Amino acid sequence: MAALARLQEKLQRLQEEYFLTYRAIDEERKTKYKAAVRIQRWFRACRVRAYLRHLSKMAILIQKWWRGYLRRKYFREIVERAYFIKKLEFYNEMAVRIQKMWRGYYVRKYIHNFSALKRYLEAVSLNNEFVRSELQEYAEMKENEEKMKDLEKKEEEEKYQARKMHYLLSTAQIPGIYNSPLRKSPDPMELLLRKSKPLTHRKQKMGSSLADELYCWPTCEKPPAFVTTLPLLPAPRQKPQGPFRDPGEVLRQRYKPLEPTLRVRESMNSPPAKAREATGREEWRSPIHDNKFLPFSSYHKNAEKYEPSICNSGKYGREAYGTKYFREVNPKKWIADKKVKLAVCAHQPQKQSYAKQLCPELYG
Amino acid sequence: MSLRLAYSAVSGRGCVKISVVCLLRPLLLDVIPSVRQTVALALGRLADHDVEMAEAVVKAGILPQLICLLPEENRYYKKTAAFVLRAIAKHSPQLAQAVVQCGALEMLVVCLEDFDPGVKEGASWTFGYIARHNAELSQAVVDAGAVPLLVLCIQEPEIALKRIAASTLSDISKHSPELAQTVVDAGAIAHLAQMITNPDAKLKRQVLSALSQIAKHSVDLAELVVEAEIFPVVLTCLKDSDEYVKKNGATLIREIAKHTPELSQFIVNSGGVAALIDCIGSCRGTVRLPGIMTLGYVAAHSENLSMAVIVSKGISPLSACLIEEHEDHIKAAAAWALGQIGRHTAEHARHVATANVLPTLLDIFVDTRSSEDLKMKTKKALKNILQKCTYLPALEPLLHDAPPNIMKHVIGQFSKVLPHDSKARRLFVTTGGLKKVQEIKAEPGSLLQEYINTINNCYPEEIVRYYSPGYSEILLERVENYQPVL
Repeated sequence: MAALARLQEKLQRLQEEYFLTYRAIDEERKTKYKAAVRIQRWFRACRVRAYLRHLSKMAILIQKWWRGYLRRKYFREIVERAYFIKKLEFYNEMAVRIQKMWRGYYVRKYIHNFSALKRYLEAVSLNNEFVRSELQEYAEMKENEEKMKDLEKKEEEEKYQARKMHYLLSTAQIPGIYNSPLRKSPDPMELLLRKSKPLTHRKQKMGSSLADELYCWPTCEKPPAFVTTLPLLPAPRQKPQGPFRDPGEVLRQRYKPLEPTLRVRESMNSPPAKAREATGREEWRSPIHDNKFLPFSSYHKNAEKYEPSICNSGKYGREAYGTKYFREVNPKKWIADKKVKLAVCAHQPQKQSYAKQLCPELYG
Repeated sequence: MSLRLAYSAVSGRGCVKISVVCLLRPLLLDVIPSVRQTVALALGRLADHDVEMAEAVVKAGILPQLICLLPEENRYYKKTAAFVLRAIAKHSPQLAQAVVQCGALEMLVVCLEDFDPGVKEGASWTFGYIARHNAELSQAVVDAGAVPLLVLCIQEPEIALKRIAASTLSDISKHSPELAQTVVDAGAIAHLAQMITNPDAKLKRQVLSALSQIAKHSVDLAELVVEAEIFPVVLTCLKDSDEYVKKNGATLIREIAKHTPELSQFIVNSGGVAALIDCIGSCRGTVRLPGIMTLGYVAAHSENLSMAVIVSKGISPLSACLIEEHEDHIKAAAAWALGQIGRHTAEHARHVATANVLPTLLDIFVDTRSSEDLKMKTKKALKNILQKCTYLPALEPLLHDAPPNIMKHVIGQFSKVLPHDSKARRLFVTTGGLKKVQEIKAEPGSLLQEYINTINNCYPEEIVRYYSPGYSEILLERVENYQPVL
């Protein structure tokens, strides 16, 4: 009971302690609660943060690997492309260089070939010089010719004058005009006179005899001269000598009119010629001997029977003459029965055989 | 008596016209051939002398009687009949038409087949006179079958016959390409080409004229003529002593050169240009004209040919022509040819300008006595040359005298060259060109003003102001208004 008494004393104190402790606890409970909440909150936040961090790390990892994979996949293509572009650019540059050089060369050689033009112009000037010199020579030659002609003409004239005036030559007694005694030497004309032959009278022109004139009169083969005198009758003409043919015959032969054959005489466009042409065409189109492709051919086969010609058919069918043999042989008319032996040398066998070949019937 | 009458009519000049013809007409049918012949001669001489007589002869209907029995007549009658026909036909196309209508052409063809060269000459002369007038008559002559016979006539040995036949062929082929082709088809070119070397001058004239009439129509005909190997033989004709041979030779070369650049090239290659230039240098007057035109045609085709003409020393005779000749058409041709030479590139224009041609052209252009055609051609030539000319010393003299439309081009050329060349700028100032430029008045906004501005921009402003007109007055004014600083 003591314990109980003690407990009862303590109970009061306990109640008070209990109340005090529980009031203290109750008062601390809120702060503790708040603190606990705070701590929990902070801890949960940390946890979540860690989790999010983890998540983002994972996401980054995945993306990193994925992107790496993709890039690695396309890297090759990109490198190839870049390489290709670089190559292309290089080639373009080189092509430009080649084209530049080629175009320069081509234009300079074929289109604006300056050196060829220069050479051409030089060649033209050379040729011109040559042509000019040739033409100059030609002109000079012509001039010389003309001068020569003039000189010759003058000389001829002088000579003719000298020949005409030959009588002015000085004689032994009387000096001529050109040989005056006061002169030291005779005039050149005098020398020319001495050299020249005197001119004879012009030969009487063998003028056409009046007979010829009269002959030509009706046909007027010469220009008409006004006849003032009466013409004489013409003398009979001499016949040409020799055994010539009768002129009438000759003329008849020479002037025999042409008589061409009918075919030659006929023109190409005349009706018979055209008709001949037309028949030719007809024949070509439908020749008689062609087997025509007719309908009812079996009918026609029977219809086309062979009919022998009358000439060859003898009493009992075809005659052999004309097909089998061509010559008539009449053994009854032969001279001798025996076969003829020719008197041919034995050591000429070829001849004999030839003879045999020729007449086998005779030699057997 | 009839003979005496006819004889007097032969020498008669002022006879009473129609009555004479009526008197002579019955005598044409006389029995005696010499009477017929004398009557024909009389008619021929009467018709030859006078147009009205010829018309009277035609009206009296004599022509059919004259030629009705021509094939059977002797050669003297044929010659005289041909003489009558040509005396009538030469006056006018209508008379020639009358001659053709009475059936003379067939008879003349019969005459052409005759053996006597005199008859052939008369007949071909008549054909020539008929064909000369116009294309229809030429066609009638060709239709009568005269051309092959004429080509045969050309091959005959007599020179007079060759001359006349060549001149007739020339008259036939000059009208149209078809007629020329007919003449060519008869094989005329080969024979004509052979005759170029003949020494007779008149024959050469006709032959060259015939070839040029054939060649002028088309490229094919010209090529045919060239294929007959006339070059370089034709060049000897250019050195002949006869003026007209030279002229016809130059005409032939001109007709060939004007068609295509290839033909011109061929002519240059065979040295034709040199021969032509010598020919131009040695002749005077209208004889030069075809040569000048040939040079123009050759130079017009391409710049290489133009340079070939320059290299052959072609410019100096042309400029000599411009100065010496009096006739306007020759000067116009020379100006045109120079324009064709100089218009291609700056090089060509420089060669033309250094020959001192531009002032001459300008003088001609400005001269009041020049005809319109000459002025136009000179202006065109100047314009063409100036548009390519960059040789400034030659342009200087033009600055001072030129009229505005030429000045425009001159200033334009200066404005193209000066911005790039400093020495030229200096020269321009020292020779007084800048001063002249300032004195020119131009409408603002016109092309001339632009050129002047371009030139002014090449120089510092003080110089431009210095040379502007009235600058000395401005300076003096400034002196007057100046207040001296004491």
